[in-house]
Amino acid sequence: MKKLIPATELCANYNIGISFIRSLQESGLIEITTVEETEYIYVNQLKDLERIVRLYFELDINLEGIETINHLMQHIDHLEEEIAKLRNRLRLYEETEQED
Amino acid sequence: MFIDYYKILGIDKSATQEEIKKAYRKLARKYHPDLNPNDKNAKSKFQQINEANEVLSDKEKRQKFDKYGEDWKHAEQFEKAQQERQQPAGSYTTGFTETQSEGDFSDFFKSMFGEASGSGRSKHLKFRGEDYTAELNLDLIDAYETHRQTLKVNGKNIRITVPAGIENGQTIKIAGHGGPGINGGPNGDLYITFRIGNHPKFKRLGNNLYTTADLNLYVAVLGGEITIDTLKGKVKLKIKPETQNGSRIKLKGKGFPVYKNDGQYGDLYITFSILIPGNLTAKQKELFEELSRT
Repeated sequence: MKKLIPATELCANYNIGISFIRSLQESGLIEITTVEETEYIYVNQLKDLERIVRLYFELDINLEGIETINHLMQHIDHLEEEIAKLRNRLRLYEETEQED
Repeated sequence: MFIDYYKILGIDKSATQEEIKKAYRKLARKYHPDLNPNDKNAKSKFQQINEANEVLSDKEKRQKFDKYGEDWKHAEQFEKAQQERQQPAGSYTTGFTETQSEGDFSDFFKSMFGEASGSGRSKHLKFRGEDYTAELNLDLIDAYETHRQTLKVNGKNIRITVPAGIENGQTIKIAGHGGPGINGGPNGDLYITFRIGNHPKFKRLGNNLYTTADLNLYVAVLGGEITIDTLKGKVKLKIKPETQNGSRIKLKGKGFPVYKNDGQYGDLYITFSILIPGNLTAKQKELFEELSRT
């Protein structure tokens, strides 16, 4: 079962405001789950949240920039997957040529 | 090894605090590990940038560096620096969740300012542990069946199940087996990338296997039966008469297992290579000549 962490606890831990977390939800960067009027975040989003906090507070990148970075990183992931598949295909033909 | 902090940040020795801050921010954005995942060079560069910023943005540390910089190897100055050292350099942090370890600081930094302690974070802050990456080399036969493997990651033995059909370059995540969380935060994850080696007889593309089979001329012309190897064992194959050189057949279900689909297999493609007989006897030559006249 996925673990939920209260958003207020995360705010205290990372020294950020609840409005910041809500703005992340508005931007679609993370998802807030409300249970009985309390806001929570799933633990599997911690990695993303920490990364966003670092980019925002340490590197001064605004939320629009972070969104753009996310899209580009996803695109890079897809490209890397495609490259891996193409390399595997190429291996088949390169080895065949070498045998000749 | 001596590291020139001014050079790392690309600034003059007369740089103002504002210039140091600007240079640091610019380089940090370029080399930050969040923006360069799995890039060891970027990680190393980022650590150097942090170290440079840590020293040069602190008045006292910068003075010491400026004074002893290139001459730090002289024992006299070195001992004097050791005596004059006020406190260990504790606040080496950017809030990045990676735990700094023994080998991360230059010798000069350590000798002058001591080891970084506790990374300067508040002891109350919890952070998720860093993710680890590892590579596991398998040969094609290993990847053919689901099996267990033990690998050592950061000194710890981890036993994993390798599913049949894993692809070359495929990465799987083992949750919670990364670095330990900071101050009780959750552990990071372990990402294992598989490298599948070549096989002398079979080539793999996805779930399909490709191989060649030699046919003697007479079987190719007249038809017959041959036995070929598959990864599951030997198979008898009926050869049609007049099978051409380079022609290919497909054996359904004799290929590679489909990843995480038990019992499903790709196909095996066999390309025939017809062998021209050699060392013919006189009689055989005569028969071939007769054939050629027909």
